[in-house]
Amino acid sequence: MSLDKEQVQHIAMLARLRLADDEFAETVDKLSRIVDFVDQLSAAPTADVVPMAHPLNQTQRLRPDAVTEADDRDHIQENAPETADGLYLVPRVIE
Amino acid sequence: MHSMTLVELRDGLQRGDFSSRDVVAGLLERIEARDGELNAFITVTAEQAMDVAGRADDARANGGAGALNGLPLVHKDIFCTRDVLTTCGSRMLEDFVSPYDAAVVERLASAGAIMLGKTNMDEFAMGSSNETSYYGPVRNPWDLSRSPGGSSGGSAAAVAARLTPAATGTDTGGSIRQPAALTNTVGIKPTYGRVSRYGMIAFASSLDQAGVITRTADDAALLLKVMSGFDERDSTSIDHPVPDYEALIGKPIKGLRIGMVRQHFDAGLDEGCATAVREALSELERQGAVLSEVDLPNLDYCVPTYYVVAPAECSSNLSRFDGVRFGHRADNVEDLLDLYCSSRGEGFGAEVKRRIMTGTYVLSAGYYDAYYLQAQKVRHLISDDFRRAFESVDLIAGPTAPEPAFGLGDKTDDPITMYLNDIYTIGANLAGLPALSAPCGMVDGLPVGLHLVGPHWSEETLLQAAHQYQLVTDWHKACPEAYK
Repeated sequence: MSLDKEQVQHIAMLARLRLADDEFAETVDKLSRIVDFVDQLSAAPTADVVPMAHPLNQTQRLRPDAVTEADDRDHIQENAPETADGLYLVPRVIE
Repeated sequence: MHSMTLVELRDGLQRGDFSSRDVVAGLLERIEARDGELNAFITVTAEQAMDVAGRADDARANGGAGALNGLPLVHKDIFCTRDVLTTCGSRMLEDFVSPYDAAVVERLASAGAIMLGKTNMDEFAMGSSNETSYYGPVRNPWDLSRSPGGSSGGSAAAVAARLTPAATGTDTGGSIRQPAALTNTVGIKPTYGRVSRYGMIAFASSLDQAGVITRTADDAALLLKVMSGFDERDSTSIDHPVPDYEALIGKPIKGLRIGMVRQHFDAGLDEGCATAVREALSELERQGAVLSEVDLPNLDYCVPTYYVVAPAECSSNLSRFDGVRFGHRADNVEDLLDLYCSSRGEGFGAEVKRRIMTGTYVLSAGYYDAYYLQAQKVRHLISDDFRRAFESVDLIAGPTAPEPAFGLGDKTDDPITMYLNDIYTIGANLAGLPALSAPCGMVDGLPVGLHLVGPHWSEETLLQAAHQYQLVTDWHKACPEAYK
């Protein structure tokens, strides 16, 4: 196994994912296999190769910093689990 | 009528042989009767489809009809559809009703196309068999015990079973072309930046591209012309002229230089598939194409490169699912951190979690250079291989998938076995190239796909080669016995 349980626990926390106890063994096993598999990239001859930034060598287009969309808050918030007065509600953060 | 192509339906509608209402009602009835066994649909929008069909018939009568007026199609459930459920195959979006339409949906609707429903897919398009869908696997109409491929498996199965003449799909590593190969349909993934990604739920933004699954190359040409073009709402959309694909595909392929990739016919390719692909190439040669061999020396690095780049991008894209603004939210949480972790832990399936974690790992401090940066360098090597190959040929040809449709459950134990099913298709995504799969034979009653890849912006050449091939062969007309 290239990854152990502690490493996987750390990665899960970085990714904000709660894994159920019965998911753990399988996740450690399959993630290790994936990491072993992609490890073969280290053998590729990349000494003088530049990392690819865009498949067509384009640069990211920027738009003027101007408001272009109308207010659609109420419609958009219909998908929110919990809102009040146009705000998204989460568990208390500051005591 | 259910077996007619878009072009045939368009001609029939114009002649007045039938109305759009007849066409849509017939297909909806067929979906109702047959989709129970296939599970190709997540949502059927019957009422809406009949309304739009009525309006299409009126528009035709009044002379105000668009290029696709009254023609039915289905959308992969990765495309946002206003006021219609959009799940992306995930529990995370089980109740998500999109407040807006994706650009692809919008363009096709403005041209008059009618959406019959939304199709099943691997969760967040992460899978090659449709088995990662929260809504259950799709079954292959050629053999219900087999997978139709993925991730656009619902779209491919629906087209193959004649439940719709056409479907949209998305392709990040082969998700249009591999299911097209496994179901005897045509699937095209255009050049990166050709079709707007606006409203298409993101998986890996430097690889994702929308395309179509149809039964003929001319139907694909018809749809692609409407879907393509610049969109300022997608920052990676490229402003490049859109040719009239349908008009260009009629040109004979005499003199077209096609390169066979030496490495594609090495170990790992099913013998029956190899024979079918060689046969197809001989047919193209008889029509005047000039065959030669080309090398893609870094082919074996494609899959590992992809499984660093795609998970890295997915771990970033899927961070938007936080249980706060939309999507699944866990009950009874202790605090905000618990809300994030539990909502994501419950909302995502096992494969999606694995990919998010792979991406998180390869981007984390201490591993970034060894994995992510290295993968982007190898991606450059792979891209250069294609560039060199296209100095001597117009198109590259080979098999789409290493074997015909595999059994449901056959590859779920080992992620690497599943990932390797995309070995021939992933390169086109890494290099941003357009690519197409077309039916070219059968092995033990299961379809085989011919894979064509072209330089950037060569969609018309891909469609032309496939169309000219379909003019002299019948493989694309083969229909699973139970769905005739």
